[in-house]
Amino acid sequence: MSIQVSVIDYGLGNLHSVVKAFRHAGADVHVVGEPDGIASANRLVLPGVGAFGDGIASLRNRGMVDSLKAYMESGRPFLGICLGMQLLMAQSEEFGSHSGLDVIPGRVVGLCQRPGVKVPQIGWNRIVPRPGGTWRGSILETTVPNTMVYFVHSLAPAPEHEDHRLADASYGGSRICAAVQRENVVGCQFHPEKSGPAGLAILSRFLAL
Amino acid sequence: MSTIANNKLPLAACNCSLTAQRAAGCLTDVPSSRIIARLDIKGQNLVKGIQLEGLRVIGDPAEHAVRYYQNGIDELLYIDIVASLYQRNNLVEVVRQTAAQIFVPLTVGGGVRTVDDINLLLRAGADKVAINTAAIKNPRLISEASRIFGSQCIVLSVQAKRQHNGGWEAYAENGREKTGMDAVAWTKRAIDLGAGEVLVTSVDREGSRAGFELDLIEELGPNVGVPVIACGGAGNVDDVAMALRAGADAVALASLFHYKIETVQSLKEALHRRGVHVRL
Repeated sequence: MSIQVSVIDYGLGNLHSVVKAFRHAGADVHVVGEPDGIASANRLVLPGVGAFGDGIASLRNRGMVDSLKAYMESGRPFLGICLGMQLLMAQSEEFGSHSGLDVIPGRVVGLCQRPGVKVPQIGWNRIVPRPGGTWRGSILETTVPNTMVYFVHSLAPAPEHEDHRLADASYGGSRICAAVQRENVVGCQFHPEKSGPAGLAILSRFLAL
Repeated sequence: MSTIANNKLPLAACNCSLTAQRAAGCLTDVPSSRIIARLDIKGQNLVKGIQLEGLRVIGDPAEHAVRYYQNGIDELLYIDIVASLYQRNNLVEVVRQTAAQIFVPLTVGGGVRTVDDINLLLRAGADKVAINTAAIKNPRLISEASRIFGSQCIVLSVQAKRQHNGGWEAYAENGREKTGMDAVAWTKRAIDLGAGEVLVTSVDREGSRAGFELDLIEELGPNVGVPVIACGGAGNVDDVAMALRAGADAVALASLFHYKIETVQSLKEALHRRGVHVRL
């Protein structure tokens, strides 16, 4: 009996690669497009590529915000990827100021632009635990620090509390937050579904939580 | 965010803490150069052209893509080399077969003319699309597509041919048709319109194995704010290293891999020995 994963379709971006990667990892994947599907999920994934404002508006229009919050409060495993992770934050400064789901205190801020530093960051970068942090018991438990994963982004989360930073990376001379975690709620700025075998291992770990 | 609707982003609250990063101890600041395998597709076949002209059938694209993936490729690039010429899209099935088996980014180009074309390719499993001819005919396609799908999804493909009086002209129809446009100026305009990446192919060097057009890479790489992928002319590891040093953020390689001159791994190890930062 394979493990069930529900991937939220809220009309933003390309969820096919997330679905395919979880299938490859052996999961029984359901695509859910309404609040009921969220409420009945055992493991929930919020993917997403697109602008923050569009993302949060789309969740609201589909009546998903309350069911998402109830799901996360229930303690069941949750994974946000890229925009799906950024939406967990309280606020984003992308194209104005937008309120997010506010599950993790903090904001989403633009990558530092300096001469010679390209924004968006597109490519492979190393992730490490936050200083003094550990990946024990997390979706990164089997990931070796300094493993390279694939990023495509112009903004990144800045959690208010240091202990909500699960992983860090460095880009253009700045420390950026590569993954966040608050109890059962985890988010990756990078794309595990596009990070080769190392990324698939992270998704498999999520299935084992 | 995960994507951008254009490249002008708010910069109010940069988190530029070098101290914190040094405290972490093991972070490096040098971005890793991406090694991309370029697969030219004709019908159901992987083919290799010589200066975008004579073609040789190499084999099954998905089979090659999977081998490159297993060997550590950073990204894959599929170009349907006839779609643009005959006004059709036959890449979808090839993309679908490939995307189910590889878990690194896949860019698809060739004959991408409309938002519907882009949607179709993304649904088949592409992560980005590369656009040349259609963008030249209708630059608004770049702005419209980047607004809908995000800039990170839209790669401007520029086919540049060196001019006798200096500079480069942008060519359409996979390097077959003159446009009269300056390739560098067109690239910068397309970035302003929302292209999130640039694939620059030298029409003169493509398939020649005579080395990249380094001055074109120098002209673009450090002077545009988005990543530049250099394509066309790699004959050996040193050519690749030179293109990356000249300012390319990534290289797209065909002959080197298809003719088994290098494997992905042997190339990366050789680049690493030359001090180029790559994902090993």
